[in-house]
Amino acid sequence: MKSLSVGFTVIAVLIVGCWFGPIVLPATGDGDPVHAALLPPGTVVSVLALVDGRTLVSPDITREDNVLIVRGRHGVTEIAPEQVTEERRVRLWLGSDRFGRDVLPRLLVGGRLSLLIAGFGVLVALAVGLGVGLAAATGPRAVDAILMRLVDALLSFPILLLLILVSSLFRPGPVLLVAVLGLSSWMGLARLVRGQVLSLRSRDFIKAARVAGTPELRTWTLHYLPNLKAPVAQDTALQMGNLVLAEATLSFLGLGLPANLPSWGAMVADGQRVMLEGWWLSFFPGMAIAVLVISLALVGDGLQKRRTASA
Amino acid sequence: MVVRRLLTLVPLVWLVVTLSFIVVQAAPGSYADTIDNPRLSPETRAAIRAHYGTDEPFFEQYLRWVGALATGDLGVSFMYREPVSRVLARAIPPTALLAGTGLAITLLLGLVLAVASAWRPHGWADRVITLLSLGLYGVPSFWLAGGLILMFSLVLGWLPPSHMHSVGASELGAPASVLDLLRHLVLPAICLGLLGAAGTARYLRATLLDVHSSRFMLAARARGLPKWRLIWVHALRPALLPVITLFGLSLPILVSGSVVVETIFSWPGMGQVAFNAARARDIPLILGATLVGAAAVILGNLVSDLMYAVVDPRARRRQ
Repeated sequence: MKSLSVGFTVIAVLIVGCWFGPIVLPATGDGDPVHAALLPPGTVVSVLALVDGRTLVSPDITREDNVLIVRGRHGVTEIAPEQVTEERRVRLWLGSDRFGRDVLPRLLVGGRLSLLIAGFGVLVALAVGLGVGLAAATGPRAVDAILMRLVDALLSFPILLLLILVSSLFRPGPVLLVAVLGLSSWMGLARLVRGQVLSLRSRDFIKAARVAGTPELRTWTLHYLPNLKAPVAQDTALQMGNLVLAEATLSFLGLGLPANLPSWGAMVADGQRVMLEGWWLSFFPGMAIAVLVISLALVGDGLQKRRTASA
Repeated sequence: MVVRRLLTLVPLVWLVVTLSFIVVQAAPGSYADTIDNPRLSPETRAAIRAHYGTDEPFFEQYLRWVGALATGDLGVSFMYREPVSRVLARAIPPTALLAGTGLAITLLLGLVLAVASAWRPHGWADRVITLLSLGLYGVPSFWLAGGLILMFSLVLGWLPPSHMHSVGASELGAPASVLDLLRHLVLPAICLGLLGAAGTARYLRATLLDVHSSRFMLAARARGLPKWRLIWVHALRPALLPVITLFGLSLPILVSGSVVVETIFSWPGMGQVAFNAARARDIPLILGATLVGAAAVILGNLVSDLMYAVVDPRARRRQ
């Protein structure tokens, strides 16, 4: 029970944060590679909007004889105060990257991608898994045999290898990536649904319903589906965690979404290039992945506990 | 029995091989593109295409490939310009070494953590280990690898961050070069091993607790046996049975994990070969590597089934 609520709370916070955070957070523009590159987490910077439309971001701005001196890692700029239209002070909670961009909003936007892709991917897996599982459980013997052999074959395949193969050959966009992730992870669900339906069929209350002459459709909506809900929900949560990891791994390897999108896996890969100068660049996206995956596991765990407690 | 099990594997291998062939063929572009050059004459470009056999109809290529495969011929790699079998033969030993060490770490660490957890369920050690394995479960492998490299190679400088040998290691004597290899092995093997250890520990803890409540454990406790003997001898033996299944299940994870870990640590094994082959569209090598990966998983499952039959008399009787 506790793990369920913890998991759900964290996921809810992540969802709200990822969608509203980038809107609410003070903007620092598209980054200032000269003055704001690789600032550690918690640094307070001044954001100067200039007349010509440029934005300067720097932690170190001093005023000397009517000239503003903007210092940074890769250079010093002097500007006249009249050029500045607006000045704000902003704290970079998670530091800045090599291009002087604020990491936190990027991380949150990346979270949207992770949640969306894993979410839709798991929906695809759920649809295919339910379809195949139900077809195997209710269809003719031959169909069952063929489908289950197919599931065995796919389960014995190292899925990540397949994903790497497919995505390096096809260079998928978001839609194809969702499809590929979903189509590579429905097998466990199919097996689960088939097993559940078969075991439910021999239970007394279902037999009783059949003897009482309940229409087939009503038996399904009234008896089968409500009993399938809990185990399927539990497996779906765990599966979604796996998809988050798979998507992150693909983008880490440079095989996921296009490089301009701040996917968490790609952010880790990018940060590892400058690990010594900026540990935070790979640390926080990795932590974000872990937190999401662990919360999903907690939800799955909690659902299972609730199921065994009520059974 | 073994022969019958082996025969049922043939369609499975065929299915995997055919699936990968379809995937590879359906993909746009070919190896010829990667060396293509608009400055070449159209005839030369057509000749390059023809040379790599990528312009034939799909079904002909498939028949030719399966036919050659049946005779044990995996074709010639485009990238390396040598037989695929030779490239794979070179890459398998490093992967076997890495995956074997990783598996050993997974099982040993999983075992120790599970026993420590089950020693006093819901005690502080159990809680810490549960949290730890939950954390390990969620942490992405590539991030863990980066952290290990940062800590032990870049900051502390204790271990090499990548590759299998130091430059000039072949000039060293036997003991020194083995030591060099081991030093290179530590980080990737730990990374690979930690990935599976969390799951193994969780799983084994559950089965240990299950065994705990069985009657023969009650009898053993009633005989006044010391606790370490109860756990390490009486409970562990039946609890180890599912670990054999777990071994079979962890193989796909191991194969997939080694792709990531080998890529990060520049370990010259199957994972890296498969990754590079996929990126270069080296079709014969992709298919060869996929075949080996799938065969390893399938054989591993077979071995774990057979081991189960050897260890558990009940499973033998059912056959």
